Amino acid sequence: MYRYDEFDARFVAERVAQFRYQVERRLSGELTEDEFKPLRLMNGLYLQLHAYMLRVAVPYGTLSARQMRMLAHIARKYDKGYGHFTTRQNIQFNWPKLVDVPDILADLARVEMHAIQTSGNCIRNVTADHFAGAVVDEVEDPRILAEIVRQWSTLHPEFSYLPRKFKIAVSGAAEDRAALQFHDVAIQILRSATGEIGYRVYAGGGMGRTPYIAHVVGDFVAKADILAFLEAVMRVYNQSGRRDNMYKSRIKILVNALGPDEMRRQIAREFDEIRRAGTLAVDAREIGRIAAYFAPPDFEHLDSNSPNYESARRHDTDFRAWSDINLAPHRSPGYAIATISLKPIGGVAGDASDVQLDGLADVIDEFGLHEIRVSHEQNLVLPHVRKQDLPAIFTRLVALGLATPNAGLVTDIIACPGLDYCDLANARSIPIAQRISERFADLDRQRDIGELKIKISGCINACGHHHAGHIGILGVDKKGVEYYQLMLGGSGAEDASIAEILGPAFDEHEIINAVEQVVEVYLDRREAGERFLDTVRRLGPEPFKERVYASH
Amino acid sequence: MPLIKNGVFVEDRFTPVADDAPLPENGAIVSLARLQSERAALLARNAPLGVRLKSDESPEQLGDDVYRLSVVVLEFPKFRDGRGFSWARMLRTRLAYTNEIRATGSFLYDQIAFMIRVGIDAFEVDENFSLEDFRRAQGEMSYAYQPATDRKKQIGVLRVIE
Repeated sequence: MYRYDEFDARFVAERVAQFRYQVERRLSGELTEDEFKPLRLMNGLYLQLHAYMLRVAVPYGTLSARQMRMLAHIARKYDKGYGHFTTRQNIQFNWPKLVDVPDILADLARVEMHAIQTSGNCIRNVTADHFAGAVVDEVEDPRILAEIVRQWSTLHPEFSYLPRKFKIAVSGAAEDRAALQFHDVAIQILRSATGEIGYRVYAGGGMGRTPYIAHVVGDFVAKADILAFLEAVMRVYNQSGRRDNMYKSRIKILVNALGPDEMRRQIAREFDEIRRAGTLAVDAREIGRIAAYFAPPDFEHLDSNSPNYESARRHDTDFRAWSDINLAPHRSPGYAIATISLKPIGGVAGDASDVQLDGLADVIDEFGLHEIRVSHEQNLVLPHVRKQDLPAIFTRLVALGLATPNAGLVTDIIACPGLDYCDLANARSIPIAQRISERFADLDRQRDIGELKIKISGCINACGHHHAGHIGILGVDKKGVEYYQLMLGGSGAEDASIAEILGPAFDEHEIINAVEQVVEVYLDRREAGERFLDTVRRLGPEPFKERVYASH
Repeated sequence: MPLIKNGVFVEDRFTPVADDAPLPENGAIVSLARLQSERAALLARNAPLGVRLKSDESPEQLGDDVYRLSVVVLEFPKFRDGRGFSWARMLRTRLAYTNEIRATGSFLYDQIAFMIRVGIDAFEVDENFSLEDFRRAQGEMSYAYQPATDRKKQIGVLRVIE
């Protein structure tokens, strides 16, 4: 994984000192809260319902054992013993004190981490496919480009006070695990017919109160030109994005107001000029320097069958279930990609305790796993595991309470913090996720249902990605009472689609029943090989509506 | 208002002029609207001229007149309104404008370093703002990750030299 050189290290250290001075000025009253707000936000510090919340960047979701231990330390020393992994591959701490935050940032800097631009109206932490470097269908590890983009976007002098926040995702695989088409800008790495690698660039996707699927604005941008192209997109947006209404200020509104053709024309004009100037051309040596950090580990030449693994599968039904559900194929024989679910039945999606973080760091070290990933679905991933080690690793995960076999199943629910933490929320999300998870706790039933992505947001800002849920749930407030809208048919994958509202909202008890009824319709009506999403797309909303609203 | 230019306090040789006010003898700063409506008379004057752009007014609207200007003032009506950063960059690159670019309005101490990077060289500051503040703002970060229109040390360039 990427390692800081002296320049990166000094940059982050100076940034900590700068923030320490900003906090001093806030505490002395020199800065008002209104003036302090954009500064703390650009350092990941929010003022939430009960306390400050610090969001730490996990660039493209990659962490080392040493970094995991530091996160455990921060959870223990400055928080209530846990952290919360987010849908943008970051980790949040919900209870830090303002005076401690500079010290937390200094601790993070010691392990090459920071909280720069994890919030605010700037270019946010760049996300990437969490299976990067491990899957078969990948053109190139997307983290190389993500790191190049991270550096370019860090404290960008022109684009730190944008109309609104700006999220960039990168993927190098055919299968989209990064929700590309729901991002402000997304980059898909492609190989042309002649074998050349270049980038397809999307712009204008997003969720929030007006969900849009992104448009392609660059068909095949050359490697050396990608930063010039991104700078062009940003310049068009910074000049022309709306600033009069925060709900209409994301780039998706601009792209759809101008139309994709006009957007492309404006980008092309800026791009030609920036490219001709030449100063942003990505140096091939710099690409090489960064790529070396992401070179795959030296995979051993293993037999694709591991007797140890097969034997454990025969004798341990729990291990068999977990390995059926939570493993994905790896590009190297005898290896697997293991998803560590942070969705225990009835638990809080994305939460991890200091003991769990430390325990995973030990697993990484002892089994020579190099790194761990955070997925945008709020799980963790061990990208390069020898199958022969899996039984022993599973035993450790069981002891840590991290062996829930539900990756991609109905209880693998994305939920925003909701009204339990967030001052924007209209309704709670966490308890709804917990009740649904408990309702579908039976593993045989979950496996029968198969792939089903439920995503829950506590308000229209859609941090829980409800628009992209096979089943989406949106919390709303009706005269002081929490209600929940039910939506069907969304997808954040390569077949991106926006979920549609089924009908009138439900109260917090009815919504759980409604989800169950929707699943029952699927089980009754599915054809061979159909996932939930396929059946919804084939049948349309009517049969689901009939069942769910029959008793109303 | 005190004016810092190129890192030192200087006397402001320009007078901001309202759209309906008479022009002073010496340097005047007028709105884009006034420049457009009284263009011939303003450009014929034997005195330096400046234009003040609102944050939604692109410098491209100045056309070739930009090269007759001694100062372009960029308004930052709210510190959250970052359009001025792109206008400054456009003045220095696309338009190759080399005279003074001045920031005015409610920008923050913490934005000064970014403003310098995009080519703003003059700042209208509060009475209690000191040169020490200015230098501190400028020097908080030694390096930058990306090229801009200034001479800040760029990490990418340093890496190649090392």
